[in-house]
Amino acid sequence: MADAPPPILSLVGVSKAFGGVQALQDVDFTLRAGEVHGLVGENGAGKSTMMKIIAGVHADYAGRFLLDGREVRFRSTRDAHAAGIAMVHQELSIAPDLSVAENVFLGTQITNRLGMVQWRRMAQEAESLLARLGVHADPRQQMGDLPIGMQQLVEIARVLFSGARIIILDEPTSALSPPEIARLFSALRHLRAAGRSIVFISHFIDDILSIADTVTVFRNGRKIMTVPAADTTKGGLIQSMIGRGHAELEESYTNDIRLAAPAAGPVVLEADGLCLGRSLRDVSLSVRAGEVVGIYGFMGCGQAELARVLFGKMTPERGSIRVAGRRLRRGGTAGARRAGVAFVPDSRRAMLFHQEPVYKNTSISILGRLSRLFLKPAQERALAQRQIEALRIRPPRVDALLGALSGGNQQKVALAKWLTYPPKVLVLSEPTRGMDVGAKDEVVKIVHGLKAQGLAVVIVSSEPETVLSMADRILVLRKGELVREFADEIVSKDRLLEAA
Amino acid sequence: MNDDITSASTAHPAPARRGLGAIARSQMRNIAPFLTLIVLIVFFSVVSPSFATLGNVGNILTQVSVTGIIAAGLTFVILCAEIDLSVASIANATGIAVAYFTLQDSYVNIANVPVPGWVAILLALVACSALGVVNAAGLVVIGIPSFIMTLAMMQIAAGISALLVRGQIAYKIPALISTLGSGSVGGIPCIVLVAAFVLLLSHLVLTYTRFGRYVYLVGSNREAAENAGVNVKLILGAVMVISAVCSGIAGMLGVAHFGSAQQNEFDTYLLDSIAAVVVGGTSLFGGRGGIGNTIVGLFVLGVLNNGLDHVNIDSFLKILIRGLILLLALIINVYAQRLRETSAD
Ligand SMILES: Nc1ncnc2c1ncn2[C@@H]1O[C@H](COP(=O)(O)OP(=O)(O)OP(=O)(O)O)[C@@H](O)[C@H]1O
Ligand SMILES: [Mg+2]
Repeated sequence: MADAPPPILSLVGVSKAFGGVQALQDVDFTLRAGEVHGLVGENGAGKSTMMKIIAGVHADYAGRFLLDGREVRFRSTRDAHAAGIAMVHQELSIAPDLSVAENVFLGTQITNRLGMVQWRRMAQEAESLLARLGVHADPRQQMGDLPIGMQQLVEIARVLFSGARIIILDEPTSALSPPEIARLFSALRHLRAAGRSIVFISHFIDDILSIADTVTVFRNGRKIMTVPAADTTKGGLIQSMIGRGHAELEESYTNDIRLAAPAAGPVVLEADGLCLGRSLRDVSLSVRAGEVVGIYGFMGCGQAELARVLFGKMTPERGSIRVAGRRLRRGGTAGARRAGVAFVPDSRRAMLFHQEPVYKNTSISILGRLSRLFLKPAQERALAQRQIEALRIRPPRVDALLGALSGGNQQKVALAKWLTYPPKVLVLSEPTRGMDVGAKDEVVKIVHGLKAQGLAVVIVSSEPETVLSMADRILVLRKGELVREFADEIVSKDRLLEAA
Repeated sequence: MNDDITSASTAHPAPARRGLGAIARSQMRNIAPFLTLIVLIVFFSVVSPSFATLGNVGNILTQVSVTGIIAAGLTFVILCAEIDLSVASIANATGIAVAYFTLQDSYVNIANVPVPGWVAILLALVACSALGVVNAAGLVVIGIPSFIMTLAMMQIAAGISALLVRGQIAYKIPALISTLGSGSVGGIPCIVLVAAFVLLLSHLVLTYTRFGRYVYLVGSNREAAENAGVNVKLILGAVMVISAVCSGIAGMLGVAHFGSAQQNEFDTYLLDSIAAVVVGGTSLFGGRGGIGNTIVGLFVLGVLNNGLDHVNIDSFLKILIRGLILLLALIINVYAQRLRETSAD
């Protein structure tokens, strides 16, 4: 790398507050041409907020913004686009009803001289752009029908190949499998070689260290440091992110882990011979009270479907599900909830009410217990307050609109509601997606707490760390089939990846 | 709790340190219709001496009552991000049904089936509930979009009305209904009291019960509600039935109020009731708004209709003015939604 490539973008003394919440305070940030700049920090540290300022989402901030040495102030994302800045947001922002090709070219449709959309050309180009990321999807397919990992890749493709010279990726890998991440990284290296600048936000410190040239650490709305990636270590980064010693966290799960001895509780959840199209092939499993079963597999191997089937959201073509001995009939999600099954889906949009306050989000599944004829608002709020304190959700206000919370804090809210009135079976799909190291640790504690209360917990995830850190027993799913079970033995990340 | 009826259903107590501007932006949906109402009242009071009189207030209240009962039910539907286009037709059919089951004078040439008054009322209520159940089944069991389903129901109910009266006009209805529709207690028309009662009850249900909470949450994010274990189909079905029953009650009282039951006598109520809900600021995208908004919307329309009669303008121009006001309200409705989305991200 050249010694000091010129800065193409710099923020000087930028501050941004949302009402009483100081999201960014006096932040300086410099992005150079041809660099991949990693951004790390705890949930709510202000990473997304800063990037949204750069991408023109937030026009209202204090401080200076220099692009190519000239001061600019974007009024809208359109201004940022025109200046060559594009962003993949933390929350998927795709159009589920449009085709894949239309999503790839959202806003930049290919037209002929008469202004007519050239569908065939668009489809062809979409296909070849996606192939560069290793995605083989029919460009005519409806976006909403793709698995979430593919959707994320389509969105990434749209931004990567939009021609922007500054590309911002806010937690782009949260739904991707290791091979997909590898392909993304090689695409990023190509773009870097072509002189593009990339900002890469992630909670996966290993990913950051492997792709970034420079790393900036945020904490509580302030920039803590910017260092060359080569001069830092995972431990050092975590240390400055969290601001306190956190020795056990440094220990990643690449080491061997001894799975617990089998639980002795009664079998609570029993699935027998579940089949669903090509997603699930004769899947049988049973989970005991006080046991955490992890189901690991690459994105799209059927684990999302399995979670949905267990929660009555999808009806299997064959097979049966029993909860505490009683067969679950087609009662939909409401029937499953009555039987004692609770579900935390993988997409925050699919489980949270962004325009409602936090307390309504935490109470929805247990309103039956919180009301007779009428709701009991005082109790509802008190409960939410306790949950906020238990999970250290920021900001700690029951009335805060959910949409105003950072991604990781939203995830905590999604988990909070099961703490007080635990169900019999809890199905968690990707429970730590988008969480910082400290918050992941808290989720692990929550799950262990629930387990101690005698819940049967099923964790479905494509992140090996997630499964390894929580599960007592691990089942590996490959293309809809359970291929391997790890129980009462020693496992490691490598052995899991191998099995999948 | 917040007891201000116009905001209780939607307002979350504003965070203490948020600026006034931010509060105004997020409450745009509640503030704009209310300001519109004040402006209209002030305007008509100034230009017409006969507008701001006690007697005229009574007129306005009576004029909005039938719409108010329909709009109460429709509020549930719109909060769920659905629509019910069959409200006026169901009102008409129910009004005709109650007359059909009452003994008519011999000169009314209808082959009707006279039964005791309370049975007639019961049968009429069963009839409108049944139509609501059909709407609900079409929507949640078959999966027909509510816009289309209720469009069909609009025709079906109109057909039932036509078959029952066959072009005739019926006058006799059960005594209870005529008292509620055209009587008064202590100088206050009963129909106003009934409308107030229905609106109040709807408000209580929407704001303070579990069902009401589910209605809002299903409207604001259906998938999340389903994932939380809410029986979304049951909620959607229930709101369609509630809407039909409210329409049925409005239809019976309306017949008493007009003094006759005939075809097409409720036609204008479809637009009026949708307009009342939307002008009041309830979001067409679901999840925002409430009965408080609907009441404000009712009065905006009521004051406008009544006030225009007190000033001397071309009666054809009035129709245009109403249309423009409705358009303005729709623009505010959509704009408020967008503001809210950006402020909450
Ligand atoms: N639209 C908004 N309205 C109000 N507050 C907001 C809004 N967006 C962010 N915040 C607040 O600003 C702070 C920083 O949020 P931000 O989303 O930038 O965090 P982040 O570093 O991206 O965290 P995460 O890793 O969880 O995504 C948080 O306290 C959050 O609650
Ligand atoms: Mg973020």
